[in-house]
Amino acid sequence: MAPPTSSAITLNINGEKFTLTVDHRTTLLDALRERLDLTGTKKGCDQGQCGACTVLLDGRRAVSCLQLAVAAEGREITTIEGVAEGERLHPVQQAFLDLDGFQCGYCTPGQICSAVAVIQEHAAGWPSAVTDDVRPEAGPPPLTDDEIRERMSGNLCRCGAYVSIVQAVARAAASEEQPKGAAA
Amino acid sequence: MREFGYRRVSDVATAVAVLDAEPHARFLGGGTNLVDLMKTGVERPALLIDVRELPLDRIESTEDGGLRIGATVTNSDLAAHPEVRRRYPALTQAVLAGASGQLRNMATVGGNLLQRTRCGYFADVTKPCNKRVPGSGCPAVEGEHHNHAILGASGHCVAVHPSDMGVALTAFDAAVSYESADGPGELPLAQFYLPVDDTPHLETALPPGALITGVTLPAAPVAARSRYRKVRERASYAFAIGSIAAALDVRDGVVRDARLAFGAVASRPWRARAAEEVLVGAPADATTFAAAADAELAAAKPLPRNGYKVTLMHNLVVSELTALAEGVAR
Repeated sequence: MAPPTSSAITLNINGEKFTLTVDHRTTLLDALRERLDLTGTKKGCDQGQCGACTVLLDGRRAVSCLQLAVAAEGREITTIEGVAEGERLHPVQQAFLDLDGFQCGYCTPGQICSAVAVIQEHAAGWPSAVTDDVRPEAGPPPLTDDEIRERMSGNLCRCGAYVSIVQAVARAAASEEQPKGAAA
Repeated sequence: MREFGYRRVSDVATAVAVLDAEPHARFLGGGTNLVDLMKTGVERPALLIDVRELPLDRIESTEDGGLRIGATVTNSDLAAHPEVRRRYPALTQAVLAGASGQLRNMATVGGNLLQRTRCGYFADVTKPCNKRVPGSGCPAVEGEHHNHAILGASGHCVAVHPSDMGVALTAFDAAVSYESADGPGELPLAQFYLPVDDTPHLETALPPGALITGVTLPAAPVAARSRYRKVRERASYAFAIGSIAAALDVRDGVVRDARLAFGAVASRPWRARAAEEVLVGAPADATTFAAAADAELAAAKPLPRNGYKVTLMHNLVVSELTALAEGVAR
C-alpha cells in the first residue's frame, strides 16, 4: 500500500503553534508564505543558492526552500517576523535601517536572519573559510570585513548593497545587545 | 515533484528495516542535495525516511587517538569541533570552504559523502546522462566540460565529485561505517567510491539499503599540520574547479610523512598516492614538490576544454606543500 503523501503537522513559529495539513512536497518556505501568511520570508531562487528564504531553525540559520515543512515539525522556527522584541527592533534590523543595508529590500529578511546567526556563530568562536588559523588555540578571529563577507556569502543581493550590508553587520555585532536569535 | 510518503525514525534498526521494505525510499538527512534533486525530477523517491534525529550526532575520540564522527553531525558542528580543528585542521578548512553557513547548518556528514555530482547534464532531465539514465550517453565528453574530470574518468562519464569534506577525509584515511539489513560494516573511504568504468550510475560500494552511521578518522599526527585550499570561479560559495588537502611532516629538511588528496578532478575525492611516494624520504624543497605533482598528474587525461586543471593542480601541490614546509598555518 502506498504511504500517505500528506500529514497533519504542528509547526512552532516565532513561539506560536500552527497546525496544518501539508502535502509532503511542501517546503517550509511555501508553508510559511502560502499557508500561514508569513510572507516576510522571501522566495528567490528556490534552489538553496540565494539565501532570500533564510530562517532560523532551533536558533541556527537555514534555507527554508530546501527544508520540507513536514520535516520541520518539532523544531523551533524563527522568521523575520519573529526577530524583533515586540516593537523594539533587533539590533541587526536597526543597523540595516540606519546604514541603508538594502535597496529594493527583497533579500533583506534573509540577510537579517543570516546576520543574526552570523553574529552568534562568531561569538561562539566558529572559524570561517577566511580565518587564518582554525586551531582552537588561535582563539576566535576578529570579525573583520573579510570575515563578514565570507560568513554572509550565502546571501545574494542583486542590487549590490553589499558595502552597506557589511557595515550594518559590523555595527550590530559591535553593539552589546542581542535580545534573541541564534544559539550557536 | 513526485508525491512521496514521509517517515521519521528515531533508531538505526528501524531506519534500515523501513528502507528494506521499500526499495524506492531514500534516507533524508539535511536534504540540501536530495530535496533540490527532487524538485528537478532527478530523484523521485516514493518514501523519505527522515534520519536527522537518529542518535548519530556525536563526535568522540577513539582509543587510538582518532575521531569517530556520527553520520548526522552537521557540517557546521564538524567544522567547529575543537578536536577536529586541533588534530585535522584541513578537515575544518575543507568543510568551511563548502556551501554557505545556512547549508552547512543543514547538511550532514553522511549526506555529504553521498551527494551527487553538479554536472549540468546530470541535473537536466531533458539531456542524456549515463549516471542518471544508464546507456543514454554522456554529452559532457564533447560538450560543456570545463569543470570536469582529468583523472580516473571514462568515456561513459567525466563528472566530478563535488565534496570538499570528502577530500580531507580521503587524505586522512577515513573509514565509513554503515548498518544494513545484513548487519553492520565498514569501508575505507579509498574503497567507498567505485571506479567509473562503464557503470557511472553505480557510485559507492555500500550494500543496497545500507545506512551510513558514521566516519572514523584514525590517529594521524601528520594531520595536525595540514591545509585545505580550494580554487573556484568566485571568492566564496561555489564548487571547486580544483582543491587540495595536504599534510606534511618535515624533519631535518627531509619529508617524513605526507598526505595529499585532490578535489574536483575525478568522480571521487582523489588520493594522490603517487605524489606521496615521491615525497616521503625526499628533501622538502620545490624540486621534490614539483616532481611529486608530476608523478600524480602523469595519469591525467584532460578533455579539450579542461587542460587548465593539470596546471592548476600542479601549482596547488607546490604552493601548499611549500607553505606547509615553511610552517604557514593555512
